Amino acid sequence: MPLDQVSRRRVLQGTAALTLAGTLPLQRAFAKDTVVGFIYVGSRDDYGYNQAHAVGAAALKKLPEIKVIEEEKVPETDAVEKTMESMINLDGATLLFPTSFGYYSPHMVKLANKYPKLRFEHCGGLWGDKDPKNAGSYFGYIDEAQYISGIVAGHMTKSGKLGFVAAKPIPQVLRNINAFAMGARLGNPKATLQVIFTGDWSMPVKEAEATNSLIAQGVDVLTCHVDGPKTVVENASRRGAMVCGYHVNQATLAPNAYLTGAEWNWEELYPRFVKMVVAGESIPNFYRGGLKEGLVKVSPYGRMVSEAARKQADDVKAKLMAGGYAIFQGPLVDNKGKTVIASGTARGQTDPELEKMDYLVEGVIGATS
Amino acid sequence: MPDVSIGLWAIPLAVLGGAIRVSTPFLFVSLGECITERSGRINLGLEGTLVMGAMCAYGTSFLTGSPWLGVLAAGVAGSLLGALHASICGLPRVNDIAVGIALMLLGTGLAFFLGKPLIEPSAPILPSINFGFWTDIPQLRDVMQINVLFLIGIALAPALVWALKTTRWGLILRTAGESADAARAMGYSVNAIRLRATMTGGFLSGIGGSFLSLVYPGSWNEGLSSGQGITAVALVIFARWNPMMCFWASLLFGGAAALGPALQSVGVSQGYHLFNAAPYILTLLIMIITCSPKRSLVGAPAELSITR
Amino acid sequence: MALERFSGAAEYVLIPTLAVALSLFLFGIFVALFGKNPLDLYFYMYQGAFGSWFSWQNTLTRAAPLILTALCTALPAQLGMVIIGGEGALLVGALSATAAALVMPAAPPVLVQITMAIAGMAGGGLWIALAGSLRHYRGVNETISSLLLVSIALAVLNHLVEGPMRDPTSLNKPSTAAIGAANMIGSIPGTDIHWGLIFGIVAAILAYILIYHTVFGFAARIAGGNIRAAKIVGLPVGRLILITCFLAGAAAGLAGMVEVAAVQGRTNANLAVGYGFTGILVAFLARHNPLAIIPVAILLGGIGASGGLLQRRLGLPDASVLVLQGIIFVTVLASDSLYGRFRFSARKET
Repeated sequence: MPLDQVSRRRVLQGTAALTLAGTLPLQRAFAKDTVVGFIYVGSRDDYGYNQAHAVGAAALKKLPEIKVIEEEKVPETDAVEKTMESMINLDGATLLFPTSFGYYSPHMVKLANKYPKLRFEHCGGLWGDKDPKNAGSYFGYIDEAQYISGIVAGHMTKSGKLGFVAAKPIPQVLRNINAFAMGARLGNPKATLQVIFTGDWSMPVKEAEATNSLIAQGVDVLTCHVDGPKTVVENASRRGAMVCGYHVNQATLAPNAYLTGAEWNWEELYPRFVKMVVAGESIPNFYRGGLKEGLVKVSPYGRMVSEAARKQADDVKAKLMAGGYAIFQGPLVDNKGKTVIASGTARGQTDPELEKMDYLVEGVIGATS
Repeated sequence: MPDVSIGLWAIPLAVLGGAIRVSTPFLFVSLGECITERSGRINLGLEGTLVMGAMCAYGTSFLTGSPWLGVLAAGVAGSLLGALHASICGLPRVNDIAVGIALMLLGTGLAFFLGKPLIEPSAPILPSINFGFWTDIPQLRDVMQINVLFLIGIALAPALVWALKTTRWGLILRTAGESADAARAMGYSVNAIRLRATMTGGFLSGIGGSFLSLVYPGSWNEGLSSGQGITAVALVIFARWNPMMCFWASLLFGGAAALGPALQSVGVSQGYHLFNAAPYILTLLIMIITCSPKRSLVGAPAELSITR
Repeated sequence: MALERFSGAAEYVLIPTLAVALSLFLFGIFVALFGKNPLDLYFYMYQGAFGSWFSWQNTLTRAAPLILTALCTALPAQLGMVIIGGEGALLVGALSATAAALVMPAAPPVLVQITMAIAGMAGGGLWIALAGSLRHYRGVNETISSLLLVSIALAVLNHLVEGPMRDPTSLNKPSTAAIGAANMIGSIPGTDIHWGLIFGIVAAILAYILIYHTVFGFAARIAGGNIRAAKIVGLPVGRLILITCFLAGAAAGLAGMVEVAAVQGRTNANLAVGYGFTGILVAFLARHNPLAIIPVAILLGGIGASGGLLQRRLGLPDASVLVLQGIIFVTVLASDSLYGRFRFSARKET
């Protein structure tokens, strides 16, 4: 950004520049571009959740007249309010992407009310009618990709035992676990899925320990839902188990063990959003989508994935891409024997009930609390 | 992998395996800190040293292709941080606890700063030795996958007991820890003794860090240490400054840390946060039972600021 | 003693200021190694932390919890105890305050707020008093026990917010039920800074008076200097330990209550962001002097506030803030050896 450099130099050289006035010329310099701010809860190089968003942000940097500013490791406290305000006040940001679930309420809602002319887009939240109109929430139905991963895993397991290393028993995680398990049982009706919760989003030693415990129990295909899946992928492949990835493609870490994976596709969505804003259109306040809408994708299959697995996975993927295929449909029984979706009911992806999921389906070993 | 069901026996086996896998960083840091504290100084900064060691080991292994060079680099980085700690604490009226906390911050910060490009690549890691060739039970075979660093740690603990007790070097070290005046009267420079002790402690802690990045979990990322370094410093006090006790304490702590995942792997998930806190609860309980208000801590070096 | 403090006052301002300036210089060299212009660095740090009213508010908001958690380390330090468990007391204080608010849903907000503050202080106070009593009655080292209690408090908090105390509508961020908008304590009028800052400053002043201008504080400092002497002159060492630890924990517990009642509105894992641990640094840097804690907390708040700008404008990673903090602390602590060099009675090296 040469313009930015020049103006900064000028500010520094001109007068005894360390004065309050210093902020004004900087803002003017940015004023031509639309400034988009991204806020990450962890390190943007985490090879996982945050990196997926950073890749999306990087896609924006290629667009003309867009300036992207980023801040990482911002905790879900009033610190994120101050970060957003700082981006607004000091950098002139007009579109903000706080990308962690805990940023939504009360923090982002508060800021959206305070700055009604700016746009706030939150990843993962559930925008409701009572929330400010200049705020929105988007998310990808990544459980569709997990479902496909599950099918491949179900075909590839020899022991019929699958493992899932998860951070916390919350709806977004449970939905992934259930989709993976149901996919696996399409491939192998006798497959079981053992879940271990580590308790937090980044606990490498616990994740490795969970991976080892699962493999010791005879599990031979693993996947996970933690912020950085590298630990699980590497430890599983070192122990000779197969893995399905999450967040981003980790095939290079374990080329002989990586079957497939569920990935975000933010680099597709973010430019779409920004073009809407620049064109003066409004982004829908509640924006969701899966494979069909291009918000998530499935990693290319590893070369060891069998023909039968590929075929069934591709078939189901085609159905999901075509729309109208419901992963969660009755009769669905949870692992305590209770019917959670009655026979004849199909819960499509947009069904808000699915965002409140608090059960593990039949075939999953583990408890939600 | 054959499916051999051994039922609930899996839990103690997993705990044993976990004890071996998880305990090594605790063991190295606590042995290192044991040496430092025996010389009369406490280095709370070993958390930073551990993280720095992990990063340096991974980076060196990635760049050179040799994990053993990585271990060495971790040790050198650790002893440099140790030297920094010792030389600042050698100044008059400087509080060693506070400097330790500052170095914890500096070490962690530097490691995170320099380690950003190392999160994604895969570096060669240290091999394990398979001691489980005699059994067909996969769970037992897993437990018997033992890493060389752990074996070195096992050998190091009794060696340190012996060295502290009988060698001239050990005697000088302990003298500096019990009475700086006595050491000075013998013609030794207390600061020089403590500098060497802190550097040695840093070296071992750095190696403890290399275990995290090059053995288990075996990659570099910023969440790698969830406070193992600071916990290990606490273990030294728990272990009464005895290297063999450090070894047992590390095993106990590692085993307790493996309990949570092991229970969940056989389907016990209720209250998993509380199981995960087992190492801390256990340590506290043992301290409550074994400590006594009547006497000061047995084995505590008299010069140590934290127990005076 | 008062006279000595007075004569040394200039030193106490001059030496830390020079040390901070030196650290900024060293940090400038560090970023220059990575191709960044140090002048830009200083400009953005100033702009982000103190360059405007907004930046000042940002800084002071971040400083607010640190003053209270620093007291959790500084008060027991008068007795020679090293307590590093403020984070645990903060979490327990937050939990207690939330629980108190949730059991009195129909009460008038002022009553709820006062009860929350009392509950938070009592919870945090008892948590650290537990470490103190283990030390006094069982001889358990308080540094370790307070650290272990942090992990235990965090596990209990996670267990409760994901289990018994979970609000079923808190979907992807397991939390307790909200205390209700009416019960929030809000900001200082005319600012965006919450009341925690005022609570912190008042608590720091009270702590200063307690330590330096009461018999209790005098006795505590004697016991801190030499516990055997204190016992010989008949000081009630046990009571001193327990009360001091309780007050220390109460300060951190109040910080937890403020986080609930002014920021989050409920208890969840977001409360464990390390205010307690940063407080330890603040206390040591302030040499456990409650009044010095206030400027030190503001300094650290300012570093935190400017860290974001460094990331955005210079492309430095978040860890650069940690590096800077580390350099500042190492330099300031090393500068401790300079005290007394300019006075008539330079003490001998030990």
